[in-house]
Amino acid sequence: MPDDGASAKAAAAPGLVAAQESKRQRTRLLIRSLGMLPVLVLLCIGFHLLSDGRFFTAQNLGIVVQQAAVNTVLAAGMTFVILTGGIDLSVGSILAASAMAGLIISKFPDFGALWLPAAVLTGAAFGVLNGGLIALLRLPPFIVTLGSLTAVRGVARLLGADTTVFNSAIPYAFIGNGSLMLVPGVLSIPWLWVIALLVILASWLVLRRTVLGVHIYAVGGNESAARLAGIKVWAVLIFVYAVSGLLAGLGGAMQAARLYAANGLQLGQSYELDAITAVILGGTSFVGGIGSIWGTLVGALIIAVLSNGLILTGVSDVWQYVIKGLVIIGAVALDRYRLQGSART
Amino acid sequence: MNDPILEMRRVSKSFFSIKALRGVDLTVHAGEIHALMGENGAGKSTLMKILSGAYRPDPGSEIRIEGKAVSFNGPHAGRAAGISIIYQELSLAPNLSVAQNIYLGREVSRFGMLAREAMESAVGPVLARLGADFAPRTLVAGLSMGQRQLVEIARALHARSKILIMDEPTTALSAGESERLFGLIRRLRDEGLAIIYISHRMDEVYALGDRVTVLRDGTLVGSLDKPEIRADTIVRLMVGRDVSSFYKKEHDPGSDSRALDGVPVLAAVDIADGRRVRGCSLAVHAGEVVGLAGLVGAGRTELAHLIIGATPKTAGHIEIEGRSVDIRNPGAALAAGIAYLTEDRKALGLFLDMSCLDNINLAMLGRDARPGGILDRDKARDRARRAFATLGIRAADIRVAAGGLSGGNQQKVLLSRLLATTPKILILDEPTRGVDVGAKSEIYSIIDNLAKSGTAVLVISSDLPEIIGICDRVLVMRAGMIAGEIKRTAAAPLDQEQIMALATGMERLDA
Repeated sequence: MPDDGASAKAAAAPGLVAAQESKRQRTRLLIRSLGMLPVLVLLCIGFHLLSDGRFFTAQNLGIVVQQAAVNTVLAAGMTFVILTGGIDLSVGSILAASAMAGLIISKFPDFGALWLPAAVLTGAAFGVLNGGLIALLRLPPFIVTLGSLTAVRGVARLLGADTTVFNSAIPYAFIGNGSLMLVPGVLSIPWLWVIALLVILASWLVLRRTVLGVHIYAVGGNESAARLAGIKVWAVLIFVYAVSGLLAGLGGAMQAARLYAANGLQLGQSYELDAITAVILGGTSFVGGIGSIWGTLVGALIIAVLSNGLILTGVSDVWQYVIKGLVIIGAVALDRYRLQGSART
Repeated sequence: MNDPILEMRRVSKSFFSIKALRGVDLTVHAGEIHALMGENGAGKSTLMKILSGAYRPDPGSEIRIEGKAVSFNGPHAGRAAGISIIYQELSLAPNLSVAQNIYLGREVSRFGMLAREAMESAVGPVLARLGADFAPRTLVAGLSMGQRQLVEIARALHARSKILIMDEPTTALSAGESERLFGLIRRLRDEGLAIIYISHRMDEVYALGDRVTVLRDGTLVGSLDKPEIRADTIVRLMVGRDVSSFYKKEHDPGSDSRALDGVPVLAAVDIADGRRVRGCSLAVHAGEVVGLAGLVGAGRTELAHLIIGATPKTAGHIEIEGRSVDIRNPGAALAAGIAYLTEDRKALGLFLDMSCLDNINLAMLGRDARPGGILDRDKARDRARRAFATLGIRAADIRVAAGGLSGGNQQKVLLSRLLATTPKILILDEPTRGVDVGAKSEIYSIIDNLAKSGTAVLVISSDLPEIIGICDRVLVMRAGMIAGEIKRTAAAPLDQEQIMALATGMERLDA
């Protein structure tokens, strides 16, 4: 009889262990999916208190999201790339070249309205070029996009003959400065932010609800296994760089509409760094395979809130640089910590 | 005999609730080659890591070297006590010279400058003693695998080790290099070194072992002296039960005589990759399990990679059901009905961070998807649940990351990805590597059931009892070519010695 009791206990134990294990996994999953959201909330509350209640005002929040919009769009594209274990350093330059191309087209009276697709397609074309070099010639993403960071910047300057191109009558200017009225007179959202949210939503759909999305995660998680599993790795890679380029083009269009102008030399300088920071802050692993687009959204908001809050609280420009830099390092440290936490045998 | 140089008494090691070693008693004498055998997961590597000092044994364990009790703390303690371990993956820095490698971590310096000349001249005699044909200044990158092995041994001798542990040292060596290595090992034994030789291969254990110890599930199940060393005894000790009940083979393609006379489902005709595979032809019929045996490095995995188009063919072609097909990438192979289970499931098979759900469905996502490539998540969930039930995958939930599962469950997840495509041809590369004994038997019965339902199965395995237990026919590869074929008949079961003779090329010596 005591024997029976012991064996019953032994039989129950694995079930219990499994239940505990799955509970632990769920908690871990929850922590990971929440990610930096608590940090964002704390930052907002902190700045609100430190700035004597100037943070949570309709006007200030409008400024924050307007500032966050372009980086959110770039970071969404960067998420695709980093999920495959790659990097795209050229988005700032592509943004500038696309904005230049868009503004030049917008000046033609006959088909000026086509400037918007022109800008987006210019970006996509550069992205395909990046992707082709990386996927077909098997060159390292860092090297390829480091090269196009410089080369495309040159193209951007070339397009306007190294001058600033203006067009005060640019079609669709509302997307840069207008707002979408949700409740007239009470609640409105800047069009820039509407576009950014739509990009995030579309990215989520692609990443989580399509076959292509699973393939992107697979390529980032284990490229050789993906190849052996019959996934067209080259096509996936070209796609992600094309998306990154396309969204950089969209970002260029958003900037052009907002400024009614573009300058090939100044526009989009070091935007790639903010985009990468947003993605890493959002919990996407730098080696690929792990991450989510919602995290990227939170990451982009953290950067915007940080910039806005530091100005509101009167921190000097110089110190803003130091603090932002430390945030980047802290984010990578967090990434390491997350990887260690994930269950692996 | 002389006093033992190494005594292990009641050595145990647990990881959380799992006992990797249970009360192992091992005695090794100077001047002895002690072969250590056992399946993957039997506890060989745990034992080794305890001797190196990387793992601390559980309390109550006792290790004595030359009669003195020792307790290792830290990964270099074993070495300090006179134990050198040569791992399967050699731990040499290819960008440094032979002498620098031998002195790695213990460099000699004079006035803070590296005493390069002194180190090189000190290494010279050791290399000469081993009969090495290269100089201390040579870069390791330029050496062959056999020569690198010598550098490792030289490092051990130079550290004045008394016990040398070698973990499957011939894995990457050619036949000639292996022979030379055996000669050297015997000489070192005669000079008084104690050698613990870990190997899976019967022929090596026959040739070298003065004594054989077999581990199973963390327990020492038997030690045999030279006269008692016999293949069947060792296999029985390793497997732990009667071999016939462990391997499951109920399918019988011979019962339907037309099946084997007809057109084979898969035929490879004179395929080659211009390097490791030099013109191989093979055929597999429906409902047949064909084994592909051979030594590691004979080109078996390379042949499989050629068949599925993972590497380009320089010659030959593939026929499926009699029709020539052009398979240029693994995707095309899947579309043609060939599924391939890789030997390296962590590096080439699974996505460890992805859920079991995604891992299982990966190959079917495109076919299941709604228009526009939108995932059909209900189908995917159903498929994963079915796979969990039919293959007996044990995990908390289908959404658990595959990396957290045990080896056997990981293998079943990978297998269910392949089976989801309902392949006509299944190529299994070391299907039970790193899988516990229970899951092994389950995998054998999965293979048996597939053959019964008409799938053509090609099994690549280095585990001869496994090949003999589950295959209808065995092809043996040697040096990139099919060296021979052995059929199972009712009268004569497959013969291990015969396979080994073909694999090593020894049959010509017998004739």
